[in-house]
Amino acid sequence: MIEEPFARGTTFFHRRDARVKLIPALAITLILALSSSFLVTGTGCILTGVLLTLSRPDPGLLLRRICSVNIFTLFLWFTLPLTYGGTKTLPFFFLDLSLDGIRVATLITLKTNGILFCFLALLATSTVASLGHGLEKLGMPRKLTFLLLFSYRQLFVIHQEYLRLQRAARLRGFIPANSLHTYRTYSHLFGMTLVKSWNRAERVHQAMVLRGFNGTLIPLNQPELRREDYLFLATILLISFLLAAIPFFC
Amino acid sequence: MITLPPLIELRNITYSCPGRTSPLLKEINFSSSKERIGLIGPNGCGKTTLFQIIMGLLTPDKGEVLLQGRIMKDEKDFRLLRRKLGFLFQNSDDQLFSPTVLEDVAFGPLNLGSSPEEAREISVRTLEGLGLKGFEERITHRLSGGEKKLVALATILSMQPDLLLLDEPSNNLDPETRERLIGILKDLDQAHIIISHDLDFLASTCSHLYTIEDQKLIRCKAKQIHSHDHIHPYGDHPHQHGT
Ligand SMILES: Nc1ncnc2c1ncn2[C@@H]1O[C@H](COP(=O)(O)OP(=O)(O)OP(=O)(O)O)[C@@H](O)[C@H]1O
Ligand SMILES: [Mg+2]
Repeated sequence: MIEEPFARGTTFFHRRDARVKLIPALAITLILALSSSFLVTGTGCILTGVLLTLSRPDPGLLLRRICSVNIFTLFLWFTLPLTYGGTKTLPFFFLDLSLDGIRVATLITLKTNGILFCFLALLATSTVASLGHGLEKLGMPRKLTFLLLFSYRQLFVIHQEYLRLQRAARLRGFIPANSLHTYRTYSHLFGMTLVKSWNRAERVHQAMVLRGFNGTLIPLNQPELRREDYLFLATILLISFLLAAIPFFC
Repeated sequence: MITLPPLIELRNITYSCPGRTSPLLKEINFSSSKERIGLIGPNGCGKTTLFQIIMGLLTPDKGEVLLQGRIMKDEKDFRLLRRKLGFLFQNSDDQLFSPTVLEDVAFGPLNLGSSPEEAREISVRTLEGLGLKGFEERITHRLSGGEKKLVALATILSMQPDLLLLDEPSNNLDPETRERLIGILKDLDQAHIIISHDLDFLASTCSHLYTIEDQKLIRCKAKQIHSHDHIHPYGDHPHQHGT
């Protein structure tokens, strides 16, 4: 089952409207992604780390998330110092590591983690549904939010169908092995998952049409922005502004 | 006296499954206004298909569906029909799609133009009426099979339709909940058509019984429907007692 474990919680962050989280998340992401200064990305990483701590995620879960993202940066660490080139090198046993390569790898690591922390602190604390509705209120076209919400929902359906079929196969004594039987079973499993998800989606659509759905999703919760929300927005925007301004002062 | 046209009417409906040669349903004529009807028949005889035709989800090869005397021609007509008829799916998993129960039950009223506050109020009231108080924030895909069925029923009742089409509503229900559902259905003002293999259930909720036999919809003789209290040790197969 695909869960939204970070969205469960009652901290100050969880209670904020999706809109006031989306805007600063976009700002911080842009700043971190576009900056090539160590100071900005480093400070950004620390600041978003603080935000993340304030949103009190489950530590084990958090660690797993961070690890799974950093597997990609690890690849960069293996490749960039060896292949980046440049004149300055750092001797390391029998290898000459490119200093520029190390620089770039560090920068990318900082950026990646900064953005990850920012997303976990700001976006993951809302459900995808409220993010979708938040985006719509911020002016994203209705069709796009609809697409977002329903792709997400369909992901669940496919996953559920897959688990169901897999369970059925296992209950009937199927043990994966390196054999033709296994491959054939898996190909059937994947094929059936697709077909069944398709049918399922069609029936869910029918259910929606039967209940008067005509293309627009009307959210049940239409929260008003409160003072805390504005305060939150202002604070985080100020932080991101300062972050962006660092290069001009140093 | 002016006689009102029946709420729903089927005229000469013939339908064949894609890829089959002989039709599944043949020249079906039927009409109902305020009756409480049970529909029984073997697996695969086309009961669910008949409901889907009525709701405009499947297009028959021949024949027409009429709502209050008006022929339903296109999707726009059927949109009107769907406000008046509520269809409970055989598989509730297909019917529930919102994250929480409250959102799902409120989906219909919101689409019909209720304000969020009204929709919330209607939904809470509907859930309460089905004995589902406190289920509002539960996650729909984590409910048990029977709970899903009741919530699915709530999503339909919250739209306040005139006629309910219920496809095997008593499936998955424990005896107590089943009794409760019988009570609820008896108390509702709405007319209904219920598909079920549970003859006792039909006997206590319906006044007429129909069956599909040889591709035809047939009204059973009055004396065939009766209620009796005994346990069926081998499940609840449809059965007859000395006609
Ligand atoms: N999508 C489909 N494509 C082709 N044939 C179908 C499709 N859906 C159903 N059928 C066929 O139509 C026939 C009638 O199906 P239907 O679901 O109406 O039966 P039913 O009377 O509701 O049975 P049950 O009591 O098992 O629910 C079945 O033989 C089935 O194989
Ligand atoms: Mg059926």
